[in-house]
Parts: sequence; structure tokens; C-alpha cells
Amino acid sequence: MIYWHIFLAFFLPGILGYGGGPASIPLIENEVVDRYHWLSVNDFTEVLALGNALPGPIATKMAGYIGYHEGGVLGSFVGVFASIAPSLLLMVAFLGLVYKFKDSPRVKNMSTYVKPTIAVLLGIMAYQFFSESYKGTGWMHTLFLAAASYVLMERLKVSPVFVIIGSLGYGAIFLA
Amino acid sequence: MVKKNWHLFVAFFRSGMLGYGGGPSSIPLVHKEVVGTFKWMNDEEFSDVLALANALPGPIATKMAGYIGYRVAGVFGVLSAVIAATLPTIILMVILLTSLREYKDQPWVIGMTKGVVPVVGVMLAVLTWQFFQNSRKSLGFKVSLVHVVIGFILLQLLGVHPGIIIGGLLLYALLSPSKHKNKDTEKVRGGERTG
Repeated sequence: MIYWHIFLAFFLPGILGYGGGPASIPLIENEVVDRYHWLSVNDFTEVLALGNALPGPIATKMAGYIGYHEGGVLGSFVGVFASIAPSLLLMVAFLGLVYKFKDSPRVKNMSTYVKPTIAVLLGIMAYQFFSESYKGTGWMHTLFLAAASYVLMERLKVSPVFVIIGSLGYGAIFLA
Repeated sequence: MVKKNWHLFVAFFRSGMLGYGGGPSSIPLVHKEVVGTFKWMNDEEFSDVLALANALPGPIATKMAGYIGYRVAGVFGVLSAVIAATLPTIILMVILLTSLREYKDQPWVIGMTKGVVPVVGVMLAVLTWQFFQNSRKSLGFKVSLVHVVIGFILLQLLGVHPGIIIGGLLLYALLSPSKHKNKDTEKVRGGERTG
């Protein structure tokens, strides 16, 4: 039963997430936190944060870890399989068909129409993260960390890895 | 055959381990391996595969790995490439998080977790902005804004499952007549009137 739930929890975000792994993060949160209650918002935050500190595709890291957390090695396998196999099978099996329609306006419309909704989902998540941080550490630390990481990552193009490691260090010293 | 699978493994291991920020950011690295180092495809074929992968849902890096693996070495190629792209980072993730959980009651670990939350908040806010900009480019500002407002009401205030909304939008995109065709039928109608 748990494996079936793990399958469903990662199958849906995989098949609905247009725009690659990052687009499916809020969908994964919806399943893992709201529906199955495997992780609290706080735990999910932690998993996502550390996932971002490591290299490689984000969706499969989330699926692999959460699957492992809930169902061991087999759970991990089921989670990763559910998030990648369906779209991969579609790509290989219907190659000719998809190839023919890849430039068709309808197929393009599919990912276009979904984008604003994904933006809303990501925006809601961003808000959750900020309000979580405000509750945990107050607005001074939140504002400082958010402003500093924005400037470092977006303006000075510092790699997110260093910014995340920096914030972990800041937390260990000032927020302990 | 073994050599091909080994090459696939190396190509997707390297692009996975060096790509930060999720699958989409590793695409240039995949391109370098596939077109540059191992010459499995030329630029044009690669951009076709990328367009194809973008037309389908799901994580982009594993779709690219799986498809290129399949073209180079069949079903075993799929396995080599997908395992190389995903498994190493999953193992790192499990080790890192399980060992952190051992110390999760230590004040410094609690502090670390708190420190990283606003940083991920910023990453998500940047992604939000990118998705909105992308949809503004293709749908226009007003239509995007209407989508966003309706989406927000449905998701946040009425608590509709995102799958239902996205499923509905996908169906609408597939079934609604495209703008191009509309113009054609208008022309035909116009022609009938004058004729």
C-alpha cells in the first residue's frame, strides 16, 4: 500500500509538471505534505534546501529521498521510477507521433497554458517559506538572509551551493 | 556495447554532478558531452531532442538522458544514462539527510535548518518570476495576469487540487481550435460571403 502511495505521490507531479523538475516541486509538496502527511512543511523545507545544495536533477533527488524515508530502498526506487518513467516511456514509445507534433501550436499551447498556474504554485510556496522563516527567526534575520542571498545569486551570480553553505553556517552560529 | 554504455554513464554522470539548480540548468552540460565530447548527435538533432523533451511533462534531465541513451545503446543505454544522471545525487542526498537527522535536536543543526529557509524562499521567488515572465512572453501580460488571479483563487482560496486545474488546462490546449486555424476558417467564411 505504501509503495502504491509513493508511486502516486510522484507520478502525478511528474506527469503534470511542465517546465522540468523545478516546476514539479510545488506539486510534490502538495502530495507529500498536504495529502499523505509524510513530511511537515518544515521537514519539506529542509529536504528541498539540502536538495538544492547538491548537484543533479531536483525532482529525482526529492523522489529518491522521500521514497527512502517512507519505504526504504524499494520506496526510493518506486518514487524515482514514478517520477521519470511515464514521460520517458511517452518520449520513446510515441517518438514518431510526438516528433510530428512537437511544433504544432496545440502541443506548444499545453506548456504555455500551464505556466501561469505553475507560477502561482511556486509563488505560494515562496510565501510559505518566508512566513516559516519569519515565525522561526523573526523578520530581521529573514530579511537579511533573503536580501543577501538574492544579491549574491542573482546580481553577483555566485553559485547557489556557496550561498546555501553560507546560510547553513550563518544559521549554526546566529540562529542556534 | 560495454564501451558505449560506459561512455553514456560517464557523459550523464559528469553533467549530473556538475549541474546545480536542477535539471534545466544541466542542459548546456549535457549538450557539451553529447555533441562535443562523444559526438552522438549534431547541434540540430540535439535541439530537436530538447524541443521534444520540452513538449512532454516531467523532469527534463532524465528525459534527455533516457532518450539519448536509447538512441545510442537501446534499453541498456537508457538504464546506463538514467542511473548515471540520478543515482549518485540520490545517494548523496540520503546520506546527508539521514546523518543530519541523527543530530536534529542539536541547537546548531536547528539553526542551520532555519538559516537555509529564506534562501530557498528566494530561489522559489526567482523561479516564480521566471515562470511568470515566460508566460507573459507567450500569452501576454493581461491574459497571464487573469490566469494567475483565477489560479490563485482556485488553488489557495477554494483548495482545488493543482492536478485538476493543470489537467483542465492541458485538455483545453489540446481540444480548443488553435488561433492559426481560426484565422483560416474566418478567411473561408469571408470567401463564402463574397462568393
